[in-house]
Amino acid sequence: MDTRAIPDAISSFREQCMKAFRFMLQSRVLDEKMASLYRGGKIHGGVFLGKGQEAVSAATGMSLLKGDIFSPLIRDGAGRLAFGEPIIDAVRTYMGSALGPMRGREGNVHRGRPAEGLLPMISHLGAMISVVNGMLIGRRFKKIQNTVGAVSLGDGATSTGAFHEALNQAAVEKLPLVLVVTNNQFAYSTPNSRQFACRHLVDKAVGYGVAGHSMDGTDLKACLETISAAVAAARQGQGPQLVVATLLRLCGHGEHDDAHYIDPELRNSALGRDCLVLAESFLTEQGWADAKIIKSWRKDAVRKVEEVVAAVQHEPGPDPYKEDWSALSTRHLSEGSQSL
Amino acid sequence: MSITYLEAIREAQAKALADDPRVFIYGQDVGAFGGAFKATKNLALEFPDRVIDAPISEDAIIGSAIGSALEGMRPIIEMQFADFSTPGFNQIVNHAATLFWRTQLPCPITIRLPSGGTSGSGAFHSQSMEAIYAHYPGLVVMTPATVEDAYSMLLEAVAIDDPVIFCEHKYLYYHLKAEKLPTEAMPAGKARISRAGRDVTIVAYSAMVHEALAVAEELSTEGIEIEVVDLRTIKPLDTDTIMASVARTGRLLCVGESWPWGGVTAEVIARVATEGFNLLDAPPQRLNAKDTPIPFHPNLWLMHRPTARSIAMAVRNLLRL
Ligand SMILES: Cc1ncc(C[n+]2csc(CCOP(=O)(O)OP(=O)(O)O)c2C)c(N)n1
Repeated sequence: MDTRAIPDAISSFREQCMKAFRFMLQSRVLDEKMASLYRGGKIHGGVFLGKGQEAVSAATGMSLLKGDIFSPLIRDGAGRLAFGEPIIDAVRTYMGSALGPMRGREGNVHRGRPAEGLLPMISHLGAMISVVNGMLIGRRFKKIQNTVGAVSLGDGATSTGAFHEALNQAAVEKLPLVLVVTNNQFAYSTPNSRQFACRHLVDKAVGYGVAGHSMDGTDLKACLETISAAVAAARQGQGPQLVVATLLRLCGHGEHDDAHYIDPELRNSALGRDCLVLAESFLTEQGWADAKIIKSWRKDAVRKVEEVVAAVQHEPGPDPYKEDWSALSTRHLSEGSQSL
Repeated sequence: MSITYLEAIREAQAKALADDPRVFIYGQDVGAFGGAFKATKNLALEFPDRVIDAPISEDAIIGSAIGSALEGMRPIIEMQFADFSTPGFNQIVNHAATLFWRTQLPCPITIRLPSGGTSGSGAFHSQSMEAIYAHYPGLVVMTPATVEDAYSMLLEAVAIDDPVIFCEHKYLYYHLKAEKLPTEAMPAGKARISRAGRDVTIVAYSAMVHEALAVAEELSTEGIEIEVVDLRTIKPLDTDTIMASVARTGRLLCVGESWPWGGVTAEVIARVATEGFNLLDAPPQRLNAKDTPIPFHPNLWLMHRPTARSIAMAVRNLLRL
């Protein structure tokens, strides 16, 4: 194909979709590997998958620039990769390697590289939003412009006080915050009907005085378009943006959960479609990829994960006798090193 | 010239803002209004961009302080009352306090808690929360008892690379005066012998130091010499100074304004009993507030928390043991 005939915007959109698809695929493959290690008893603690949410997540990570802030949540494997997290960070954290970014002090999805703008979540849902607000406030003090902070959330997290306080705070401070809420219909086992009573979560935007966007979270194209528009608006100084993606969680809450409570009818509805399968069809229909290419991408994704897992399996866990048991950076004020 | 405990806190913040462009103040009504107690009076005039009014969102206030610290800022957070730090509790104990351990990045935030009882303030404007914050690893907890300490410890809190819970006592705000601000200071983590004595050690902190000193003065007329230890910082706890004092006197009374269960007094006594049992000539004693919410009416309030009277009684009992 003669690419010179394609206008720039379309060509770059095509590149974006292909890139996003590969992050989605890589994340799915990584998730599958973590799930199989979990079943094989090789992972201490829980495993949480992003199955069905890769499009929203990848689109979020890809819409950000280097230097922006991203606070991912439990189903953001794809977004993390797109934002630049190396595969090995995930594997090391899941497998408890002392060489990982959290050095065995934290596990699974509680990882990040905060110095590079990738925040390690605390478990408490909603808590990361105000922290990103604070980073954006800090950057405003430092006169850093054109920066954006994106926070990922589930539908359940919108019911927290932290969500309310932080979104209101972001609106008051007119921060370049993009809040991406993925409504996957369930918070653990709790359905939307027991979580909130508004018609649509995006209706909350008006109450806070922020812009609202919504899209079909199974549709990669819609996710890329909507989230990049929201990020651009935030970057241009239009204040906080609330984005709501609608889809169905295609896995248990964690790998310990068989999600028996999800009605099969819902699974078979349009909501239950798999964004990865849809994206694959989309790329094929557009003539941007074919089955053979996609197969080679999958093979490549599997190889990358297998290589990393093979290496990490031989890495040491943390040594409790050599651990620095101080919770303070000011060592002389720490009581932790004494055993009382 | 004389300066109050409250003015010392204001002056320390003015100096911190002037000395370091990374410092900012964030809290409810702290801007043009100058704060509920006027601890930030006129600071917004001098530093209009760095003294910022916050919505009534303690969780988001602390969360954003953590975020700004990640960007290298050094926020001072004013909680309007210590009691209202509870909606921000999660961010304090689960986020600020765990940040360094999890990420190796410092979290230099100072959280000012206007603490303790003033008569008539009732159950939700009188609390002392030092023990509950000290329970969590990853926090430094300061409880200054003097004008000089209020000033120098607040400056030190801002300079420390870890989250500091700064418990400033509301009763001391106006009651305590000094001639001038200090130019030298004891470091955080060190207790002070506020008064030397050979018969009994009273370990106290914050406003209770002054109750203890009043008792020491009163009982000295009867020939009872009380040594008063002002903890200054309750976390870390200066066990060495406490132990050395108990070694001199052989008798320990620990006084705290907050509730008894698992608090600072319990911790001090546990340490003395486990590490210095043989120094003791009598069972260690403690005095705390009653285990009820803090009452409104002065008749009840005065009975609820330790006072010079109840401390004097406890000392006499301890000397008979
Ligand atoms: C404040 C808080 N309460 C409870 C939990 C336990 N918890 C972890 S994940 C979860 C469900 C989250 O649902 P949602 O926000 O919709 O995200 P999803 O898991 O569906 O992606 C719950 C209840 C928590 N982490 N934080």
